[in-house]
Amino acid sequence: MEENLKTCGVISSDEFKNCKGWPSEERFSKGPVAILECIEEIPCNPCECSCPKGAIYVGHPITNLPTLDESKCVGCKSCIASCPGLAIFVEDHTFSDKEALVSFPFEFIPYPKKGEKVSAVNRKSEVVCPAVVHDIYCTKSNDATMIVTLRVDKEYVHQVRSCKMLGD
Amino acid sequence: MFEVDLLIVGAGPAGLCAALEAGQEGLSVLLVDENAKPGGQLFKQIHKFFGSEMHKAGTRGFRIGENLVREIAECPNITLWLNSVVFSAIDQNHFEVVHNCSVQVINTKKVIVATGAIEKGLVFPGWTLPGVMGAGALQTMININRVRPGNKLLMVGSGNVGLIVSYQFLQAGGESVILVEAANRIGGYGVHASKIRRYGTNIITGCSVESVSGNGKVESAILAKVDDKFQTIKGTQWEEKVDIVAIAAGLYPLMELLRQLGCEFTMCPPLGGWVPVHDERMETSLNGIFIAGDVSGAEEASTAMEEGRLAAWSVTYDLAKCTKNKYESVRIDITKRLEALRSGPYGIARKNAKDSIYAIAKNFSKLR
Repeated sequence: MEENLKTCGVISSDEFKNCKGWPSEERFSKGPVAILECIEEIPCNPCECSCPKGAIYVGHPITNLPTLDESKCVGCKSCIASCPGLAIFVEDHTFSDKEALVSFPFEFIPYPKKGEKVSAVNRKSEVVCPAVVHDIYCTKSNDATMIVTLRVDKEYVHQVRSCKMLGD
Repeated sequence: MFEVDLLIVGAGPAGLCAALEAGQEGLSVLLVDENAKPGGQLFKQIHKFFGSEMHKAGTRGFRIGENLVREIAECPNITLWLNSVVFSAIDQNHFEVVHNCSVQVINTKKVIVATGAIEKGLVFPGWTLPGVMGAGALQTMININRVRPGNKLLMVGSGNVGLIVSYQFLQAGGESVILVEAANRIGGYGVHASKIRRYGTNIITGCSVESVSGNGKVESAILAKVDDKFQTIKGTQWEEKVDIVAIAAGLYPLMELLRQLGCEFTMCPPLGGWVPVHDERMETSLNGIFIAGDVSGAEEASTAMEEGRLAAWSVTYDLAKCTKNKYESVRIDITKRLEALRSGPYGIARKNAKDSIYAIAKNFSKLR
């Protein structure tokens, strides 16, 4: 059976083609930018209201898929914790020659600490590479959803979507 | 005899919102709930809600509950009775309630029944073993009582409840989750499935639980692949060591009180089974008996809150406590918001089901 969002919970490459929240490679090369991994028409729009730059558009009806205006997005991460589906990530491919940053929401205790070495995992929970916690923070409006930023080998950045839970 | 304008049965999201709207419009409201605390299922919803900003999307469910309960406490027109059971309907205006260890008779002009829904069970060999429970029960244990009843969870059903509770089981420190779904597709939101997959949940579609066994408690489960008619495919069985089995097979409306009253019902599978016939104003086949939330068809908290508001405004108008213009403009606003919540591929079946119920209600309105 084909592996996709509706059979196993992982978006297939075919399904990603319909995603309106995936920036161009050119945009990735210019600095941090958000990725909206939202491909189902569910009635939801907090991401649109969370963006201080007006870079996310849902409009009416609110079942529209969110569209990213990559020229307006500055990769500020404000949208990450607004998504009830935990489907927004920020990647920064310009961090260094070899390493990139990837930020994601994290809702498990204990939280990783800044500077800690962790295992970066992909959408299927498979460990893809070692990583260092570059930053971790939570604002009041995030309401306990931590924003974790990992430093990973550039080669794997598109795959990394979280880190292994520390309780494991 | 306790006299009020409006009796609301059930202080979940629908009942709380109904009480607030009616109370703020000047109706005297008695809000009764059999539980020790108001809020219904809101307080175990530790996840952020979907929906529009207007529906407090992005806010965790229990915070929505906290705000509603605070507003209720601040409204002088609302009396809240907890640990109290509305056990009998004498007629459409008189109800008996066990409150403070005695029976009180309530004389009310109108009623909103917001009793919610109850989980459907699933029967298989071993289903009575301790450790087999509803997904909602598991959610109550981990999020309200802070007790994790096991480490290795088998979740049966991939609707949003199954997906969300699986995630929360991991948040509560659960070791592993296997989630099986008899259909060949995940039923709930893909983003919820992605969340649990990212943290190691094995999601298996086209698969069901055949039996559960153990010595006095759940110790293992036999799983099997099923065909598109949900029949076991012979020879595909295998065993998994699990210590909790949670059933997320949907909900059906809790409507004993409406049965007592003699409301009309209709069979409506997309909304959970037998549901009370009601019109767009949330009035049942009986004059003055309104419903809101999951009892009118199992959906979710955001629609329940809107239906509660709508029912309260219908009552307010029927008691001549607001103008027709005011009522119409509020009703249209709420209806639009409900339609937004019932749009898209996940909402359309519920929207069509509701429309078919409203169509049946038209005939009753003529009789009324």
